[in-house]
Amino acid sequence: MSTPASNPILIQPVPAPAQGESGFLASAFTPRALGIALGMVACLALAGEAWAQLTVGGERPGILATLWKWTPLILLGPPREFGGFALNILVSFLAMAIGTVSGLALGLGLISKFAPVRSVSWAITQFFRNSPWLVLLFFVMLLTPFQMRIGGVTIPFPAWFKATIGLALPIMANIAEIVRGAVNSIPTGQWESAESLAFSRLQTLWRIILPQCVKRMIPPWMNWYAILTMATPLISIVGVNDAMTLTQDALASEQRTELLMPMYGMLLLFFFVYCYPIARWTIRLERKYAVRN
Amino acid sequence: MEGLWDFLRSLHDAYGINLVHFYDTFERGRLLRGMWTTVQLAATCVLLSVLIGIIGAWLQGSRFKILKAFVQGYIQFFRNTPPLVQMYFFYFALGPQMPRVENEFGIAQPILGSFAWAVISLSFFAGAFNIEIFRSGVEAVQKSTVEAAESLGFNRWQIYRYVVLPLAVRVCLPALNNNLVNLIKTTTQAYAIAVPETLYIASQIWSDRINVFEMMVTLLTFYLILVGIFVWLMTRLERSLRVPGFGQ
Repeated sequence: MSTPASNPILIQPVPAPAQGESGFLASAFTPRALGIALGMVACLALAGEAWAQLTVGGERPGILATLWKWTPLILLGPPREFGGFALNILVSFLAMAIGTVSGLALGLGLISKFAPVRSVSWAITQFFRNSPWLVLLFFVMLLTPFQMRIGGVTIPFPAWFKATIGLALPIMANIAEIVRGAVNSIPTGQWESAESLAFSRLQTLWRIILPQCVKRMIPPWMNWYAILTMATPLISIVGVNDAMTLTQDALASEQRTELLMPMYGMLLLFFFVYCYPIARWTIRLERKYAVRN
Repeated sequence: MEGLWDFLRSLHDAYGINLVHFYDTFERGRLLRGMWTTVQLAATCVLLSVLIGIIGAWLQGSRFKILKAFVQGYIQFFRNTPPLVQMYFFYFALGPQMPRVENEFGIAQPILGSFAWAVISLSFFAGAFNIEIFRSGVEAVQKSTVEAAESLGFNRWQIYRYVVLPLAVRVCLPALNNNLVNLIKTTTQAYAIAVPETLYIASQIWSDRINVFEMMVTLLTFYLILVGIFVWLMTRLERSLRVPGFGQ
């Protein structure tokens, strides 16, 4: 990471608005909020338990025991198969990786000096930013082949991988916007001083501008990671064995209405426990990297 | 109009471009009904979620700690869980607990249908974000303005209603705009609980008529136009609300 101290041509950045899309959320996070939210979930579970005590006799296993029985399946998927919440996380990692790399390229296209590249990148960005995620997911699921033959090699495209691509597309467009915003937030003086030191445009971008952008891009990037993770249950609609699908399967096999609230509540809790720390961490980084003025 | 339908029909015959959802009266009818449902769903959710945002932001300024903590818990819970699972929770877990009423054929049915549950869950989801957005606007209002209103004898609700909120709305319109666009896109999730909105109808049509690609393009175009119209309206609102002397 370049800092003004280690790199003489960098000028102390002038006060610029923080890039975070959710900078205003800074004061929203208190440990108490976590307590309250967890309390809400616990209340739901207890209500379900009480409901069960009232409505059914003692022959059936209790709600908590049933939840415990299904937890391994929902977290890790069926035995010898990959699925469940772990698959949600894997899909979120992969989609984020693909989306970030392609988004970086697209974002650099957005600030290109060459007008056609700029307008094509703009059109792609707008298209994928403004389309509903679920529609894009259907688009990729239904319109890409399930396998591809290149030469003699058959490359299979399993459903979960196609779903990953479908989720990576909107991420790509949003990352591109983040890159563009971050580059635009770097003072013009940086470009000019680099030019006066005979850096080419590519060199300036790669060695001076982008290293300074990284810090500004991390909080919104993490924000998008959280949004992506919360979008992964969508893949259950297109038939992937994720936590959502398995929860519904478990409910279908139990056939007990008093389980509905606790089971869905548990799934909500899984996501909450995973996403809430990320959100808090994002806020902390946002505060830390905020340009003071 | 007939000429256009004939042209689209000839496209199918000559090039295999199957735009049956335009020229077939039945398919067109149900697609248009689906689009209308999406518009209704989006409009209701936008209004309700903005209402939740305004009331929630007011409650956050409350003196009662417990009330604040409750709003805070609501925000964190809805912000950090997937909207799809929320929707399933509302529809499949809370839905069956609701009382049943008899419909006109004398059959018992839940008091709230899938449309109502979609509205409720999407509004609560977007509302959680809206509270944060409005609060950021409220915090941007100068303290001296509030003190001036206090010295003129406004009570807490009056200050919020006549002084703070009008200024806050102007500050937070861009962020609100973003979130509401996101909400409109999220209405497609109502597909999962079988609300007959555009995506649901479209998937029925592409299963019946095997025109997945053409239908997809229509679908994406529809949402681009819908979002485009909304953004245009919001930009006009933003411009008409602009206070001279603020911003550029």
